[in-house]
Amino acid sequence: MNVPVRHFDAVIVGAGGAGMRAALQLSEAGLKTAVISKVFPTRSHTVAAQGGVSASLGNSEKDHWHWHMYDTVKGSDWLGDQDAIEYMCREAPKVVVELEHFGMPFDRNDDGTIYQRPFGGHMSNFGEKPVRRACAAADRTGHAMLHALYQRNVRANTQFFVEWMALDLIRDADGNVQGVVAMEMETSEIVVFQAKATLFATGGAGRIYASSTNAFINTGDGLGMAARAGIPLEDMEFWQFHPTGVAGAGVLITEGVRGEGGILRNSDGERFMERYAPNAKDLASRDVVSRAMVTEINEGRGCGPNKDHVLLDITHLDPEVIMSKLPGIREISIKFAGVDPIKAPIPVVPTCHYQMGGIPTNYKGEVVLSTTDNHSDIVKGFYAAGECACASVHGANRLGTNSLLDLLVFGKSSGNSMIDFIKTQPENLPELNMAAIERSVARVARLDGQKNGTNVHEARSAMQRTMQAHCGVFRFKDMLAQGVAKILEVEEMIKTIEIADKSKVFNTARLEALELENLIEVAKATMISANARTESRGAHVRDDAEDTPANPNGRDDQNWLKHTLWHRDGNKLDYKPVNMTPLTVEAIALKTRSY
Amino acid sequence: MSELIDPIEKKRVRWRSRRGLLELDLVLTRFLAERYDQLTPDEFAAYVRILDLPDTEFLELVNGKVETDDVTLAPIVAMLRSV
Ligand SMILES: Cc1cc2nc3c(=O)[nH]c(=O)nc-3n(C[C@H](O)[C@H](O)[C@H](O)COP(=O)(O)OP(=O)(O)OC[C@H]3O[C@@H](n4cnc5c(N)ncnc54)[C@H](O)[C@@H]3O)c2cc1C
Repeated sequence: MNVPVRHFDAVIVGAGGAGMRAALQLSEAGLKTAVISKVFPTRSHTVAAQGGVSASLGNSEKDHWHWHMYDTVKGSDWLGDQDAIEYMCREAPKVVVELEHFGMPFDRNDDGTIYQRPFGGHMSNFGEKPVRRACAAADRTGHAMLHALYQRNVRANTQFFVEWMALDLIRDADGNVQGVVAMEMETSEIVVFQAKATLFATGGAGRIYASSTNAFINTGDGLGMAARAGIPLEDMEFWQFHPTGVAGAGVLITEGVRGEGGILRNSDGERFMERYAPNAKDLASRDVVSRAMVTEINEGRGCGPNKDHVLLDITHLDPEVIMSKLPGIREISIKFAGVDPIKAPIPVVPTCHYQMGGIPTNYKGEVVLSTTDNHSDIVKGFYAAGECACASVHGANRLGTNSLLDLLVFGKSSGNSMIDFIKTQPENLPELNMAAIERSVARVARLDGQKNGTNVHEARSAMQRTMQAHCGVFRFKDMLAQGVAKILEVEEMIKTIEIADKSKVFNTARLEALELENLIEVAKATMISANARTESRGAHVRDDAEDTPANPNGRDDQNWLKHTLWHRDGNKLDYKPVNMTPLTVEAIALKTRSY
Repeated sequence: MSELIDPIEKKRVRWRSRRGLLELDLVLTRFLAERYDQLTPDEFAAYVRILDLPDTEFLELVNGKVETDDVTLAPIVAMLRSV
């Protein structure tokens, strides 16, 4: 076998916020750094982030990193690692000001400082009252961040490999990472990127669900590659959902619609929220609304041919109010739901938004296999940052604006860890593990040679429907158990996926098939981890986890204050303790999470 | 007419129609299914130019928040708005 090999000090898979922040660190240190991306860097999914990035700058009112830390631990429902959370919150002001110096056009106060606004869950004085902590660049924070980081990387001579898809991670016989196998889309040529240090910053995997706010590119490639290479995935049962996305499309319908008088109805036309929340009704909190919607669907009162969504009705509102108070909603509804909300209700469903779990790392971005702590059993030469990694700062539930912060802080810290590691490595790269490379090449060959196999689109849709129905925003014991069996059946289908187009040049069908092989790893990890965790915590909410004085909201600290580690091999689950030892301050003690 | 468009270029542009924003993915998927194969070379060239826009500006053009004053882009913008 003759696969060309390219050599670098560092190879980074992913050119979103996390990948580019890390690359900058490495390139500015003079190291030869390659960044591989499926799409042009500024079209990475980070572009979708509008809300902002959090940092306790205290520009508009008093703030402190320790308060930010408290909010993040509480938001995580105590599943976040407190060493990593302290690190992130302390670093936040530094990395945000650095980004400003890189040319990020933040909104400003009259005195020239960065303007900050309040955002859900961010409070002052240990949970007392909302604080202004979110820094934004109009409604284009993610876009502006990518732009600033890209310009800076070009200046620092980072080498971008755009329209390349990484296929597999290469580990040697001792498990150390040697680089990745990747495919150039233009030619389908397979090339090895060998490096002293490898970072995954491949973003989220929201496309495992039928309804997702994520762009099509979020297929969890880094997680699939890691799992195939024997790296476990951490806390994959935790996914954040939004109650009202357009069914079948995923585009969000803002909560303001219910605020203006929108009513949720089931297939009988009933205003079902009256039964679940007699006082707040349609304005109950996100989790209550999501839970009611799912219960209606599960009990057979869903709408549409598949009875898989409910309706958001604003037909009783004055069209003038719809146009003036809810700008854009009519257009979104017509364009993505095919209905004019002035005349007919909008089909909606709880929609997947953000993945809290991922490749297990510590706050230095090092990938950790240990089941006891975050600093032993480190995979040499392997790092992960951003949404594909689990540091774990978001625990069971992420606070808004903490994700862009995560990209900056852990992108930078992993870059620094890589620099330190690369310095310890001999100049000549070691011999490559050819068996690992051959397995990757064989995977592509299997796909090209498959006859009488499964259609990619059908298999993907079977996976997405299974995840949505069995492992959505609100979970039931029996549904989860059936879900495990079903997702393993889908996996069997995916083993024989076939593509009709076998051409070499920009073969989108082949790329989508390879992406599906990554998605299914994430789907299995999610379903199996969720089935095993018999408590409710943060975004993982189970019907059978009872709210008792010992286990408020169904959270069972005695048995479940621990991280899940799913192994692809045998679908085995391990657990590791949550870090409750911050770096310099006292632990934030366990409490019931209520706002 | 469409045979005048380089088939390899067409495949490349199909991949470039994958974007960072879900709304664009949804619109472009329909566009690729319903209109892409019938584009004239001029329309195709205009589409390629639109794809060079940052996603945020591209979306505003597609959902009618902004208008283009470039007459050569107008037909393709109209098509994207109608799918
Ligand atoms: C609609 C929306 C709004 C949001 N708003 C906010 C907000 O206001 N504030 C906030 O903090 N968070 C927000 N988030 C979350 C946040 O945007 C994401 O978590 C974050 O941008 C992820 O960044 P990343 O660098 O990890 O990955 P991404 O930006 O997703 O980048 C992934 C990169 O990996 C590359 N890649 C993936 N697989 C491969 C492969 N196999 N080969 C080569 N390259 C590959 C891609 O090409 C891309 O360059 C929002 C999310 C959504 C969906």
